[in-house]
Amino acid sequence: MFDLDKWHEITAALKKNKLRTILTGLGVMFGILILVTLLGIGRGFQNNIESSLGNFATNSTVFWVERTTKAYKGLPRNRQIRFTNDDLIALKQNIPELEHIAPDINGWSGNATHNTFRKEKKGNFRIKGTSPEMNMVNPVEVVKGRFINENDLKEFRKVITIGPRVKELMFEKDEDPIGQYLKVNGIFFKIIGEIKPLSNNMGNRDDIIQLPYTTLQQLYNYGDKFYVFLATAKVGESVAELEDKIFEILARRHSIHPEDKQAIGNFNIAKLFNKIFGLFNSIGFLFWVIGFGVLITGVIGVSNIMHVVVKERTKELGIKRAIGAKPALVVGQIINESVFLTTFAGFWGLVLGVVIVEAIGKATEGSPNPQILNPYVDINVAFIALGVLVFFGVLAGLLPAQRAIRIKPVDALRYE
Amino acid sequence: MIRLQNIHKSYITGTNKLHVLKGIDLHIKEGELLSIMGSSGSGKSTLLNILGLLDNHDDGVYVLNNEEIKSMSETKAAKLRNNLLGFVFQSFNLISFKNAMENVALPLYYQKVSRKKRNKLALEYLDKMGLKEWAHHMPNELSGGQKQRVAIARAMITQPKIILADEPTGALDSTTSIEVMDLLKEINQSGITVIIVTHENDIAHMTDRIINLKDGIIESIIDNNQINNTESVKIPIQE
Repeated sequence: MFDLDKWHEITAALKKNKLRTILTGLGVMFGILILVTLLGIGRGFQNNIESSLGNFATNSTVFWVERTTKAYKGLPRNRQIRFTNDDLIALKQNIPELEHIAPDINGWSGNATHNTFRKEKKGNFRIKGTSPEMNMVNPVEVVKGRFINENDLKEFRKVITIGPRVKELMFEKDEDPIGQYLKVNGIFFKIIGEIKPLSNNMGNRDDIIQLPYTTLQQLYNYGDKFYVFLATAKVGESVAELEDKIFEILARRHSIHPEDKQAIGNFNIAKLFNKIFGLFNSIGFLFWVIGFGVLITGVIGVSNIMHVVVKERTKELGIKRAIGAKPALVVGQIINESVFLTTFAGFWGLVLGVVIVEAIGKATEGSPNPQILNPYVDINVAFIALGVLVFFGVLAGLLPAQRAIRIKPVDALRYE
Repeated sequence: MIRLQNIHKSYITGTNKLHVLKGIDLHIKEGELLSIMGSSGSGKSTLLNILGLLDNHDDGVYVLNNEEIKSMSETKAAKLRNNLLGFVFQSFNLISFKNAMENVALPLYYQKVSRKKRNKLALEYLDKMGLKEWAHHMPNELSGGQKQRVAIARAMITQPKIILADEPTGALDSTTSIEVMDLLKEINQSGITVIIVTHENDIAHMTDRIINLKDGIIESIIDNNQINNTESVKIPIQE
C-alpha cells in the first residue's frame, strides 16, 4: 500500500541536500543509460551483420581448383585441376553428410563495354551459371516468375534470371520483364525470373544475370568443367569432416597425391561465420561488462552517499529512536530512500537510453550501408536492469542502515 | 513505578575504565516529582539514560513498571520508550525539517496512528502549551521556551507514565525556566511521574524530592515536602 507518511520521510530526507541527491542520482542514471545504449547498439551491430549474411547457409564450405604441387601416379606436378559435372554426382553419392553442392561458374563478360542489349538499351552485367541447389546455399528472393530449375539444367535451356539493377537499366519502370528476351554476348535469353539478393555475401548480386550452369558450360565451350563449387553439410554434421571427405574423393578422381592439399583450394565459410558470431558475442559481452561496471559505479556512489547521509543524521535517528522508532523502521526508512533514489534515477536513465537508441535507429535507418541496423532495447533486459537496480539499492542502503542502529540511542543523541 | 538495586555502570574508553555509577539504590513511586542533582561527572545523566532505556546498566536490578529490564532487544526497548516514557532534553532535540505539529505527532507515527488523527491530537497538545498558532512553524522559527514546550508536548502525546527531563531548563533564561518548570509540575499533578536531572539548586527545589549524586553514589536525599533527610534510600519496596 502506498504509505504517505513513509513517502514524506523519504522525500524530506532527500530534499535536505538537493544537489547531493541530484548528483548521486545522475551517477545511477548515467550508469543505466550507458548500459542500455550499449546493449541497444550491440543489438544493432548484430542485426546488421545478420542481415548482411541473410539466409546464406552458415554451415558451408567453398572449393576451387589449383595446380598440383606433387607428382603422383606418373602425372607431373604443376598440373591444372578442373572439376567436372561427374564430380558433383560422385560427391553426392558417396558423402551422406553432404546436403547441397552447387557449382559457381562465371560467364565471360566480353571485351566490349557492354555485353547485354535490348532494343536501344545496353548494359554490362556479370554473368553466372547457377542451379536450384545454389539457391539453397546462397538464397535469393524471387520477386517475380521463378528460379532456374532442374529441367532448365537438363535441357540446357537459354533462360535467365535478372537482378534488380539489370531490370532497372534494361526495362522501363512499368515494364514486366518476365517472358522478354535479353541479348547477352550475342545470344538471346528468355527471362524467367526477377530476383533480389538476400545477402551481400559473395559480393553484391544486384547486377547479375544468372543462367543454368549447364547452358553456360555449353555456350562458352567449358565442356563439363568448372572451377568453383559450394557445398553445405547436413544439420549437425561437421563442416571440417565434410571437407576432408570431399578432398579425398576429388583427389582419387583426379589422381592427386593424398597429401597434396594445395591442388584444391578450400575455404571453410562456417569457420568464418563462427568467428564473426564469436566476435559479436564477445563485443556484446564486453558491452554488458562495461555497462554493468558503470552501473555498479553509480550504485557504489549511492551507497557512499547513504553512508554520509546516515552519519549526518545520526542524531536525528537517535531522537527518533528515543521517542519510539523501532530499529526495523529506521533500517527500512534508509533502505527506502536508497531504493527510491536508485530506482527513480535508474528509471529515467532507462527512458533516456531507450530514446537515444531509438534516435540512433532513426538516424541510421535511411543510410544505404548502415553499420547499425534496427537497434532496440530488449524489454527483458530493461526489466532485468531495473531489478538489478532495486537489488543494489537495497544493498547500498543496508550497510549504512545497519551501522545506524548499531550505535546505542544514547550515543546517537550525543552525536554532533 | 521504578526500583533500582545496586546499579553499576562503567564506560570503557580506550584502556581506561570509567566507573560512573557505583551502586545506586532508589525507589521512585508513581506520581512523584523528583530531581536528580549533582555536579558534572556525578553520573546523573547516565542514571537518567539508564532509566530511559537509552543505555543499559552493567550490573544490578532495574524494575520499571513491574518489569525487570535486562538486556532487552532494541525493538522491545523502543516500544517501551514509546508507550511508557516521554523525553525532554536540554537541547530540545526537535527534528529540524518537521514543523511543530509534525514533531509533536511523531511518537504516534511509531504507534501507527493515522496521520489525520495524530495531527489533530498534536494540535490539541500544542494548544495546551499555548502554541496553537505556532503549529506550522519550523523549530528554527521558535524561541527556546517555545521549542521546549513543543518538546514537552511531544513527550506528553503518548500519555506516558513517566517524563524524563535532562536539564530541561539548561538552555533557557530564568523566566522561561520557571514557565517550563510550572508546566512540568502541572504534568506531575495529573499523575505522571516526572524525573528531572539538573544542576541548578532552585530548579531542584521546585521538586518534591532531590536525589543528590556524587561520584556515582547517592550522597543524600532531600524530601522538600517533609524537610527531612531520613534514609529514604532504604525504604521498603511497596508497590
